[in-house]
Amino acid sequence: MSEAVLVAPPPVGRATLLARPAAKVGLGIVLLFLFVCAAAPLLAPYDPYAQDLMHALAGPSALHPLGTDQYGRDVLSRVLYGARYALFAVIVGDGLALVLGSTLGLLAGYIGGVVDAVIMRLVDILLAFPYLLLALILVAALGPSLLHSLIAIGIVYTPQYARLIRGQVLTVRQTDFVRATRALGASRWRVLLRHVTPNSLSPVVVMATLQAGSVIIETAGLSFLGLGAQPPSPDWGALLADGQNYFLTAWWIATFPGLAIFCVVLGFNLFGDALRRAFDPRAQ
Amino acid sequence: MLLGVSVVVFVAMHLLPGDVATLLLGDRATAASLARLRHELGLDQPVFVQYWRFLSGALSGDFGTSLRDNRPALGEVLQAFPTTIELTVSALALAVAIGLPLGVFAAFREGTWLDTAITTPTLFGVSMPVFWLGLMALLLFSEKLGWLPTGGLMPIGAHVPERTGLSIIDAFLTGNAALIWQAIRHLLLPAATLATIPLALITRITRGEVLASMHLDHVRTARAKGLPEGRVRRAHILRNALIPIVTVIGLQLGLLLSGAFLTETIFSLPGLGRLMVDAILARDYPVVQTGAIFIAGLFVLVNFAVDISYGLLDPRVRRKGAR
Repeated sequence: MSEAVLVAPPPVGRATLLARPAAKVGLGIVLLFLFVCAAAPLLAPYDPYAQDLMHALAGPSALHPLGTDQYGRDVLSRVLYGARYALFAVIVGDGLALVLGSTLGLLAGYIGGVVDAVIMRLVDILLAFPYLLLALILVAALGPSLLHSLIAIGIVYTPQYARLIRGQVLTVRQTDFVRATRALGASRWRVLLRHVTPNSLSPVVVMATLQAGSVIIETAGLSFLGLGAQPPSPDWGALLADGQNYFLTAWWIATFPGLAIFCVVLGFNLFGDALRRAFDPRAQ
Repeated sequence: MLLGVSVVVFVAMHLLPGDVATLLLGDRATAASLARLRHELGLDQPVFVQYWRFLSGALSGDFGTSLRDNRPALGEVLQAFPTTIELTVSALALAVAIGLPLGVFAAFREGTWLDTAITTPTLFGVSMPVFWLGLMALLLFSEKLGWLPTGGLMPIGAHVPERTGLSIIDAFLTGNAALIWQAIRHLLLPAATLATIPLALITRITRGEVLASMHLDHVRTARAKGLPEGRVRRAHILRNALIPIVTVIGLQLGLLLSGAFLTETIFSLPGLGRLMVDAILARDYPVVQTGAIFIAGLFVLVNFAVDISYGLLDPRVRRKGAR
């Protein structure tokens, strides 16, 4: 019997994963989002930074389908380019949390003892902060910028990955094949890297997808407060902050970036939910 | 735990780029005056000495003074706190009052169009950026329909003596019905905006937990021995589903406090969130430090209260604790 069969979840077929219409919608939105990120220069009708003061605060029209902002910049172009910032947030923020949290969780669960106690106390302390407060403190320390806000978001989400992976490792290290590998003389680190790690990481895929939506919202929230991406970058949160000053007279500036955030987050949530159902036998 | 929280906040604040003395005296300050101020503030001491001074000061209620207006940092935080607590408690009350019955209703009508009509919007609710929803609510209810005010706690010019700092309670204490109505109108939109995500989560979790409890063996036994359906639902299904629901409700506080930071900014409410954001942008680190420890401490206490509530709700937890 292969090692993976003992602990890995049942194989997830495309039919199981996409059984519900909501999952298909979610996957469709995520794929569309990735396409927009890749093809933004081809799809955007204007340069997102190009100012045209003659057409400042113009409402939606054939020329500017989503209107223009206070500097006459095309809102559609800025929203399309903003998708790249959201993807960057997912890759850096969610990615950092995944790498940091998984490493800490693996070390805590596998080594145990004092290492486990120290790491888990640190995790508990980080969990004692409301999400945005911890992100605010870290941004206050590092200084407002997109990269710093993403580092802050990455650290904020690290404890959740650490807890999840630690739990997985504690289960996997007790399995027969890990004991057998140890009995055959494999070194501690070889067992960790070749056997425990690959068999502990499958729930991380689900968590990373579900967290992607939250990371996009939190990053946009920090930019909205002026602590993330700075003007004139077309980050969705920064666009909303821009639009806030004009939303009573030019509703379109804030409406469309917010709608974009909502749709993409909904897509990640629907697809993440489908992944969770497919991977978790109890949810099926 | 609170000690750990204070270490994290202190270390983060001392990683601040730039020198606090230069920040206070400006770029044109002389080296001598900068050195004197660093000495006065204790910034020339080793970090662990600075932490000890900070900790001993904090334990005696001295969190330092605001760099912006020289007022005690704790005083500023305590002044802003009632607005935030009023907003978060109102939002949580709204979310529980609507979400709990909706979740139970949807579970007892599983698979019907009513169930779909309730669960589908909750999926949208959890994906909603609260700061965008707030702006859209303002646009619709304040600007287009003119039903509710655009921001603040009271109309400009309205005089309400501040006794508790909670606008609705203070308005009640005046006995003036018009002021009470104004206080409620001002709080309604921010509280409803902030309640959206917790409402969606509470509805979803309640539905899920009630559905799970409905298929347990003891529920089947209760029905088999002829208990009336109402009693089965109340005493066996809902009671059993309540523990995970209470956990989720307790966990909403973190979400609500995070949301309050954004909601207060949108609706121009003078709460802790707005105070913290302004302090961060102005690098007023004593206020940031004090606010962070205050909020994290509150969060820890609420989680502790949620843990204690398990014993009240679940006899099994009580028995385990007694052993």
